[in-house]
Amino acid sequence: MAEMAEMAAATDTTQEPLVQGNHDFHSVSDTIGRIAEQELAKTPIGWYVAFTISASVAGLLGLQIFWLFWKGTGVWGLNNPAGWGWAIVNFVFWVGIGHAGTLISAILFLLRQQWRTSINRAAEAMTLFAVVCALVFPGIHVGRVWAVYYLFPLPNQMAMWPNFRSPLLWDVFAVNTYFTVSLLFWYVGLIPDWATMRDRATNRWRQIIYGLLALGWRSSNRHWSNYEKAYLILAGIATPLVLSVHTVVSFDFAVSILPGWHTTIFPPYFVAGAIFSGFAMVITLMVVVRWIYGLQSFITMRHLDNMAKIIMLTGMLVGYAYSCEFFIAWYSGSPYESGIFLLRASDQYAWAYWIMVTCNVIIPQVFWFRFARRNLVILFVVSIFVNIGMWFERFVITITSLSQDYMPSSWDYFSPTIIDVGMFVGSFGLFFTLFLLFLRFVPVIAIAEVKGVMPEADPHNYHDEH
Amino acid sequence: MSASSNQKAVAVLAEFANPAVLLHAAEKVRDAGYDKYDCHSPFPVHGLDAAMGLKKSILGWVAAAGGIAGGSIAFALQWWVHNHGYAMNLSGKPYFAFQAYVPVTFELTILGACFGTVIGMFIMNFLPWYTHPVFESDNFRKATDNGFFISIEAEDERFDAKKCYAFLQSIGGKNVEVLIPNE
Repeated sequence: MAEMAEMAAATDTTQEPLVQGNHDFHSVSDTIGRIAEQELAKTPIGWYVAFTISASVAGLLGLQIFWLFWKGTGVWGLNNPAGWGWAIVNFVFWVGIGHAGTLISAILFLLRQQWRTSINRAAEAMTLFAVVCALVFPGIHVGRVWAVYYLFPLPNQMAMWPNFRSPLLWDVFAVNTYFTVSLLFWYVGLIPDWATMRDRATNRWRQIIYGLLALGWRSSNRHWSNYEKAYLILAGIATPLVLSVHTVVSFDFAVSILPGWHTTIFPPYFVAGAIFSGFAMVITLMVVVRWIYGLQSFITMRHLDNMAKIIMLTGMLVGYAYSCEFFIAWYSGSPYESGIFLLRASDQYAWAYWIMVTCNVIIPQVFWFRFARRNLVILFVVSIFVNIGMWFERFVITITSLSQDYMPSSWDYFSPTIIDVGMFVGSFGLFFTLFLLFLRFVPVIAIAEVKGVMPEADPHNYHDEH
Repeated sequence: MSASSNQKAVAVLAEFANPAVLLHAAEKVRDAGYDKYDCHSPFPVHGLDAAMGLKKSILGWVAAAGGIAGGSIAFALQWWVHNHGYAMNLSGKPYFAFQAYVPVTFELTILGACFGTVIGMFIMNFLPWYTHPVFESDNFRKATDNGFFISIEAEDERFDAKKCYAFLQSIGGKNVEVLIPNE
């Protein structure tokens, strides 16, 4: 973050300031800290309504999981060719959403993109909660849930070990590492802000809880020196990590021999799609959060504009991957490979394929226009379309290839059951429950980092003091 | 607050107006030969490490060690499982399929480096530490908001509460306090 201060001096004056309005260091602490400090009785009624709905829907997810454990995977719409259904689709969907948070917190940090500062905290929280939702699905889809610990290399009385040569096991390691690293990165970033909350606390409970979380942080420069180094290293290792996670997720498909899955384009294609869907979710959340909590001077139109550009870029990367798949299918000369792609676009799942193309490739093109990137309604609506489109992308990949493989005699059509739909909706309940708790009790913007990018944070900006 | 008994004092704390003043004051404290002193700012101030004469953090090496440990353990575990512990022919894959060991080795390298970084940072910073002398000051609450401070601790060989008090005042410190526990 001293790197950030360094950049503050060099901030391009033609750009809009990162923090708008007349803010000083104290008003930054105050504006952001106040949100988490509201008395429970003064919490906006909208929060209670949203929380009640989300928590109920999350509870519904719990009930359905119980039902699944009770009855078995037959409660889902799985059939003989399509042995992977919505559980896998939802897993890939949620893991993908997580990627934008790490991109913002790690990759944009390494690329010295200062504008990340006011959105990284919430985006990282989104990552964590999305990965929690993702982890639910592989945990419950194994069929014999009492044997779920087989996934981990735990010494056991059967002297049995998992198969490390299987992509499904790579996935266990990738996603769990991703969750752990994201959690630690998030927590390290939060330490100075926990301390700010501790020192602002006006009641004993808040002081004790935030105080414990702050670990005795005293803003010491000897600490900042190691802290900044730690932050830089974490950003440096989270960057290859985030690229590896969706790469490994894509291996679940690409390492198999099924037509439509067995392609080398999958890793970059999945990573681009993950970033694309994640940024859409960040916009969906931020447009609402900045409006409810009056954070317009921190999450500015410039932030939203930049994110819209990233959505457009990654959307076109995804579009390129869609067309490249078709080209390679034709160029390969393999009748199964070209057959599956023709069927995708024209047969029983064509509706899903074209929803995907429309939402992911065509609709984000409105972001070529500046007014669209700066119109909250358009941003919100497009981000919802992208979320829908990216869910359908995973649906198309998973279901079409499975339903129509080498043997036409075994082809079948996959129809979800009410439990499939209910669990997907339920995972949103879980996600929003966690996110609402975060909004309520945690500083939603990185206070110390925002101060660090303000012009008055740089000693060189005090010329008359020299 | 006035300077009082040297025995009881645990630290002297002074506030400075802004990052630039803090930076110059830090240079003067360093030049005066103090060793157990510290600067406190709500965000890292650029150039302060150099002004305090701090050495570059060695955390990178700790992270590297963690990464190497994680990666080696992962590779060794996979090699052992498939060649000794549970050597099974699964879909005709070779036992020593090192290419297939890459993803797990990579992930655990990252995990090891991450643990190395975070735990190493806590150890090097002696955190958690909830009872540091600077917390004796009420004014110090500003250090996480908008205050810039320098503290000189009693553990310093040259520590003398009265002299430190006068010295910090002379280099532009405001609200200078001698911190005495249980006051």
